[in-house]
Amino acid sequence: MARTEKPVDIVLIGLGWTNSIIGMELADTGLTMVALERGENRDTVPDFAYPRMIDELTYGVRYKLMLPPAQNTVTMRHDPSGTALPYRSLGSFLPGIGVGGAGVHWNGHTWRPEEVEMRLKSYVTETFGAKTIPEGMAIQDYPVSYDELEPYFDQFEKMAGISGKAGNINGQIQPGGNPFEGPRSSEYPNPPLKGTYNCRLFEKAASEMGFHPFPLPAANASQAYTNPYGMTLGPCNYCGFCERFGCINYSKSSPQTCILPALKKKSNFSIRTKCEVIRIDLDKDKTRATGVTYVDEHGEEVFQPADLVISGAYSYHNVRLLMLSGIGEIYDPAKKTGTLGRNYAYQMTGGYSLFFKDKTFNPFVGTGSNAVSMMDYGVGQIDFGKEGFIGGSIITSAQYNGQPIRSLDLPAGSPAWGSGWKKAAHEWYGHSMSIASHGSNMSYDTCYFDLDPTYTDAYGQPLLRMTFDWKPNDIRMTQFMKAKIEPIAKSLSPDSLKASFKTENSHYDLRPYQTTHNVGGAIMGADPKTSVLNRYLQTWDVHNVFVMGASAFPQNLQFNPTGLVGALTYWAARAIREDYLKDPRPLVQA
Amino acid sequence: MSKKSEFLPSRRGLLKATATTAAAVALASRGGSALAASPPAVDLKSYAPVSFDADEWRFLLAACDRLIPDDDTGPGALAANVPVFIDRQMSGDFGHARDWYMKGPFAKDASPLLGYQSPLTPAEVYHLGIKDADAYCRDTFGKPFAELAPEQRDQVLAGLDKGELKLPNVDGKAFFTFLLQNTKEGFFADPIHGGNKHMIGWAMLGFPGARGAYLEWVDQDNVPYPLGPVSLSGERR
Ligand SMILES: Cc1cc2nc3c(=O)[nH]c(=O)nc-3n(C[C@H](O)[C@H](O)[C@H](O)COP(=O)(O)OP(=O)(O)OC[C@H]3O[C@@H](n4cnc5c(N)ncnc54)[C@H](O)[C@@H]3O)c2cc1C
Ligand code: SF4
Repeated sequence: MARTEKPVDIVLIGLGWTNSIIGMELADTGLTMVALERGENRDTVPDFAYPRMIDELTYGVRYKLMLPPAQNTVTMRHDPSGTALPYRSLGSFLPGIGVGGAGVHWNGHTWRPEEVEMRLKSYVTETFGAKTIPEGMAIQDYPVSYDELEPYFDQFEKMAGISGKAGNINGQIQPGGNPFEGPRSSEYPNPPLKGTYNCRLFEKAASEMGFHPFPLPAANASQAYTNPYGMTLGPCNYCGFCERFGCINYSKSSPQTCILPALKKKSNFSIRTKCEVIRIDLDKDKTRATGVTYVDEHGEEVFQPADLVISGAYSYHNVRLLMLSGIGEIYDPAKKTGTLGRNYAYQMTGGYSLFFKDKTFNPFVGTGSNAVSMMDYGVGQIDFGKEGFIGGSIITSAQYNGQPIRSLDLPAGSPAWGSGWKKAAHEWYGHSMSIASHGSNMSYDTCYFDLDPTYTDAYGQPLLRMTFDWKPNDIRMTQFMKAKIEPIAKSLSPDSLKASFKTENSHYDLRPYQTTHNVGGAIMGADPKTSVLNRYLQTWDVHNVFVMGASAFPQNLQFNPTGLVGALTYWAARAIREDYLKDPRPLVQA
Repeated sequence: MSKKSEFLPSRRGLLKATATTAAAVALASRGGSALAASPPAVDLKSYAPVSFDADEWRFLLAACDRLIPDDDTGPGALAANVPVFIDRQMSGDFGHARDWYMKGPFAKDASPLLGYQSPLTPAEVYHLGIKDADAYCRDTFGKPFAELAPEQRDQVLAGLDKGELKLPNVDGKAFFTFLLQNTKEGFFADPIHGGNKHMIGWAMLGFPGARGAYLEWVDQDNVPYPLGPVSLSGERR
C-alpha cells in the first residue's frame, strides 16, 4: 500500500531544463509545487568543481553524469516485424539524470527553427505539391507558428544568456548573422564567442564560395552576464570539457547557472531527489489526474496528490510515462490506430575530417558551441521538387574538445593499434578540423514507440520500445550535404580528407554517439486524431496533464532541439499561468 | 612539426624535435620532462593485480605491449602502466557492467547494430578471452601467448581483431574490442586511474591534460600551445 504525501497544487516530474523553467515561471502564483527528480541533487560546487570534473574517463567515457541503463533504458529494433533488444550500454544517445537533467552536460547549441520548419507539411504541399511527400512519411505542421513563438525564443535566449550574432532583426538583414533565420525582435543578449582557427578557415572558405557563415548561437557565455532571474554567468574559458561535463566555471547555461538558485529561494517550491515517478494516477473515468506515484530512495511507493501534473522527464521518458499511465491510445501502425508513440524521429548527421600537416589547431581549446555555421542548405533554402528529398542541414565547423580517448581523429587507412597507430596518433593529433552537417529527420509511419512485450525495469514495468531506421529520403538529404561540403573542404587544400555520411546501405547503429536529440512520440498538433498534445502542450485526454520537451515535435528540425523546447516551455507556462490556472479546462476544444 | 615531440624522449633516446616557433623554443629550454610534484606511480613489475591471476596478467602485459608498443615514437603501454589501469577497471563498475542493463533474455546472433547483447560482463569476457586465446596459442605455437615472439603475438591479435580467430567460449572480436579500447583508455586517461604514468600518453599527443583554461589561446592561429600537461592530482611535466 503506497504511502500518501501531503497534497500539492502542482507536481513536476523531472527537474531538467524544462521543469526548471516551469518552476520559475509558475512560482509567483504562490501555488505549492514539488519537483520529483529520479537522480541526485547537483550543484556547480561541489559536483562540477575543478579539477575533479574534468576527467575524461569518468564523465566522457563512463558517462557518470548520465542515466545508467541499469536504472532505465529503451529497447530498439529497426522495423515493426523485428524483435527489439535492450539498449544495454550507452552509445547513440545519452539521457540525463539528476537535478539539471541533460541541461548540465549539453553543448549549448541554441537555435530557433526556420519559419518553414514550423509549418513543414503545409510549406511542402503549397510550394512543391502534395506528391513530393513520399508514401509512409508522416510529417505534420506544428500547431503554433514561428511568429507566435518569437517572444518566447527571445525569453529563453535572455534567460540562458546566449552568445551570438543576429541575422535578421525585425526583417532587417544584419551583416555577420544568419540571413536565412526568421525575424527576431532583438539582438542576442551576448556577443558571439570568438572562434578557434578552424572557425576562421571555414568562414573564409565558405564566404569565398558565396555562402553566408555566422557564429553558432552558444549557451557558453562570451562575457559576464546577469539574466532576468538575477543569475550571473562568468565568461567561458574554453576549458575543452563542455559536452558530457558540468561546467567548472559558471559559464555554460544550465538550470544550475541560470535558474535553480533563484528558484530554490521560493518558499512554495521544493525538490525531492531520488524519487522516480512510475505513473500518473487518473480518476476513475480517466479524464483527470489525481497525482503521481513514485518510488522514493528507500524503495517505498508514495502517492503524491496534485491538481496539476507537468511532465518534464525528457522526450521519450515523457512518452513512456504517458503509456504507463494510460493517457492516450498507444499507436499501432498496422491498424493505424492511436497517436501516443507516433512520429519518433532523430537527427541525420554527417561530416568531413580535414587533415593538414602544416596546421596546428590546439584541439583542446574549445567549448560546446565553439563553431561557425552556414544555413545556405537549410530546409527553407532547398528546392525539394528538384532534389528529390524533404529536409535540410546546417553546415558547421566546430572545435569542442581535444580529449584523446574520444576525439583522436586519424586519416582514413590509419592502423588501429601497434606502432603504425602510435605514429599516426603522434603525427596527426591536433592537425585536423571538421566540417559537419547536422540535419533534419522526417517522421514515418514505421518509426515510433510502444511498450516492450519482454523487457522490464526494476519495478517490473515494461521498457519503452523504439522502432526506427534511416529512410531513403533522409539518406538522399545527407548525401546532398556531402556533395555540397566536399568542395568547401577541398578549397582548404587538406593533405587528407575523410568522409563519414550515411549511405543507402546504412541502418541505424546504436553504438556510436550521434546526438541526444530524440524527438516525437507525444506530438503536438491541431487535431486529437493525429496528436497527443494541443498547442499548449496539454494532453487532449486529461486536461490537468501538460508535457514539456521534444516529445512534442512532429518531426525533427535540422537543429538541436533545446531552443524550440525552451520556447515552447515558456509559451506553455504562460498559458498555464494566465489562462489554465484561472479556469482549469481543455485550453483547445477538440 | 609541432612542439609535441619535445615530450617524447623514447627509451631509445630519439629526440626528434624541430622547434619552429618561439613558444616551442622556450619550451625546449625548460629541459626535457622535468617532473614537478610527481606523486609516486606504481611500479608495474611489483604490482599485484587484483582482477587477474598470474597467467592472465602475463597475457595482459604481453598484449598491451603489442597494442601500444615501446618504439621510435616513444614509450608504450607498459611504460604507461596500462595493465594497472585495466586491472582497476575490471574490479570497478565497468568490469562488472554495473551501469548496464543486464537483464535477460539475451539474444544470440543479435545484429551488431543493436550494441552489446552478451550476458557476460567485461571482466568475464577478459577471463574467458585470455583463457581461450592462450589455449589457442599453446595448440598452435606450443607456448602461451606471453611467450610468443612479437610478430606471432601481432598475428594472434590481428586474428581476433578481424574476427578470423574464433574462440570457443567467448566472441574473440568482442574480447579484442574491450582489450584495445581499455588499452587506449589506460594510455590516455588521467593518471589517477592507474595508467598514463607520468602522462606519457598525453605527452605523445601534446594534450595538456587538466589545465582547463585556454581563453588567451583561442585566437592564436596555427601557434602550437607551449605548455606541457598537468594531471588531476597536480603532476606536471
Ligand atoms: C551530450 C549532450 C549534448 C547536448 N547538446 C545539445 C546542444 O548543443 N543543443 C541542444 O539544443 N540540445 C542539446 N542536448 C539536448 C538537451 O540537453 C535537451 O534537449 C534538454 O536537456 C531537454 O530538457 P528536458 O527538460 O526535456 O530534459 P532533461 O534536461 O533531460 O531533464 C529531464 C529530467 O527528468 C528526470 N526524469 C526522467 N524520468 C523521470 C521519472 N520517471 N521520475 C522522476 N524524474 C525523471 C531526469 O532524471 C532528468 O533530470 C544535448 C544532450 C546531451 C546529452
Ligand atoms: S568550455 Fe566554457 S562553458 Fe563549457 S564547461 Fe568549459 S568553461 Fe564551461
